[in-house]
Amino acid sequence: MSVRRTRLRGILGQITTIAVTLLGLLMLTFVIGRMMPADPVRAIVGEDATRETYEQVYLQLGLDRPLWEQFLRYLGDVLTGDFGNSIRTGKPVIEDILHVMPATVELATFAILIGAGLGIPLGVIAAVNKDRWPDHVVRVFSLFGHSMPIFWTGMIALIVFYAALGWVGGSGRMSQFYIGMVPTRSGFLLIDSALAGQWDVFRSAVNHLILPASLLGYSSSAYITRMTRSFMLDQLGQEYMTTARVKGLSKGQTIWRHAFGNIRVQLVTIVALAYGSLLEGAVLIETVFAWPGFGQYLTNNLIIGDMNAVMTCVLIVGVIFIGLNLLSDILYRLFDPRTK
Amino acid sequence: MTVQTRSLPAPLYAARNIVTFLLRQPTSAFGLIVLAILIGAAALAPWIATHDPYVQNLGNVLQPPGNGHLFGTDELGRDIFSRLIWGARITLTIIFLVTIVVGPLGMIVGTVAGYFGGKVDLVMMRITDIFLSFPSLILSLAFVAALGPSLNNAIIAIGLTAWPPIARLARAETMTFRNADYIAAARLQGASSLRIIVKSIMPMCLPSVVIRLTLNMATVILTAAGLGFLGLGAQPPLPEWGAMIATGRRYMIDSWWLVTFPGLSILCVSLAFNLLGDGLRDALDPKQMNRR
Repeated sequence: MSVRRTRLRGILGQITTIAVTLLGLLMLTFVIGRMMPADPVRAIVGEDATRETYEQVYLQLGLDRPLWEQFLRYLGDVLTGDFGNSIRTGKPVIEDILHVMPATVELATFAILIGAGLGIPLGVIAAVNKDRWPDHVVRVFSLFGHSMPIFWTGMIALIVFYAALGWVGGSGRMSQFYIGMVPTRSGFLLIDSALAGQWDVFRSAVNHLILPASLLGYSSSAYITRMTRSFMLDQLGQEYMTTARVKGLSKGQTIWRHAFGNIRVQLVTIVALAYGSLLEGAVLIETVFAWPGFGQYLTNNLIIGDMNAVMTCVLIVGVIFIGLNLLSDILYRLFDPRTK
Repeated sequence: MTVQTRSLPAPLYAARNIVTFLLRQPTSAFGLIVLAILIGAAALAPWIATHDPYVQNLGNVLQPPGNGHLFGTDELGRDIFSRLIWGARITLTIIFLVTIVVGPLGMIVGTVAGYFGGKVDLVMMRITDIFLSFPSLILSLAFVAALGPSLNNAIIAIGLTAWPPIARLARAETMTFRNADYIAAARLQGASSLRIIVKSIMPMCLPSVVIRLTLNMATVILTAAGLGFLGLGAQPPLPEWGAMIATGRRYMIDSWWLVTFPGLSILCVSLAFNLLGDGLRDALDPKQMNRR
């Protein structure tokens, strides 16, 4: 009874925390939006509108109202799913973003698979060989991935693997030749082309995906490696490990069954967080690879100063981050027996 | 240890010890050396640079490395080596300005929240959490979009986004010795909260804050370069390394040197800070010091 009550209180507390954070997030984007030098009225009416039209739109947007009232209005709009229209396309911003999102999700998902597939084994190897040469090699390797300017590595990789060696496709999601050949169903090119049975397009898509996804994955593996190593070190130093060895289990069994088994939950939460931070790298890598996703959408709109689009993008990133944090929290609670 | 070194003032003596420790490991020694080169290049730029970084020579564009141009020339015939050397000044300016904004800001928020606890802590940590819920580059992008693209605004934007981890850290540190006897003693003597925070708590937080700042510098450099690359940081003709990569991008397939050398510079400096931060963590960790 009391356990359930404290649990309930914990969940309620978490919901309030999230609500407050979201409110703060909205306040932040509102303030940044208001600071922007671009005149929102001019952006709508154009440069050579009459004074009357200007005034009319000015009043329509509610810019004559006090700031707190404008904020409430913004809040109401966002809560009802109205993020404003894009200046460039005239369509609702949220529609445009949903349209470009699958490309980024496809890229990020492949990247995280590579990042986790690289980072977790390396972290285990480093922990098992603590302070010996494999540990040092892994440390330098992962710090390298963490230190490289990803937009630059992207270019160098393009020069080497695309221009010089011709092993992979260049920029974009597929060769120019195939564009428009596959009907869009899910927006995920790999799924769409497979559904349509267009295996040429599928191969071209994989060819174009592999390089940016590997680079993103490598850069995210640094964090995953480091966390895996420290989690493993915690486990390896505990007495039950010695007991297991004394009982006659092999070293490999104790490492992979006992120690690794105990850190799986922590790893899932780490990978979830790393997935979110891929968005940051995506902004840069999409620019280099002309990848028509969320990151490119954000930077293009930054350059032309489309306030609605930029602020909605920032808001979405914030919401994704909060969501992933929450998800990793829930996973932790669900799967870790100690939190019961 | 000789008598002479003992006569050094205590902080200098400690600093000397830390540097010795850092130099003993190849990784952190690399970090120190790169940092020394960076500072040297920035300080002596007029003497090291072989050409004027801004003077264009349209008869001599896109020259490969060699022929009097160590790293070749760019699309306007400017010497890339000289631009990199002058660019070191920009990088150092960014590091310096971000540090003096982020360090104190994070430290004040963290120590005040940790010392007072309760409602103050709750409000301050909520604000910190909101800032933490963005990847730093995305939030910097938003700020730069609002302020307008320029080097100064990029520095302000990075400063505004880089303090929350410092605040978190300072708060955690503060909470561990908030109830220590020596703080209670200071309070009994009638010291004000301000005095206790500044005199007794901040110095205790300093080592871990310095390590965190060093580790963050790598991120700061990458964010600044990323902003420059997207055209939102330093504007041409400033020889900022990220911006140099952005302009060189159009020529990268035929003239690889335009993007390669600025990128290598960024990589070296950010790697150096990561390795240095790693080494500092070992150097300032008492457990590690004893084992040595």
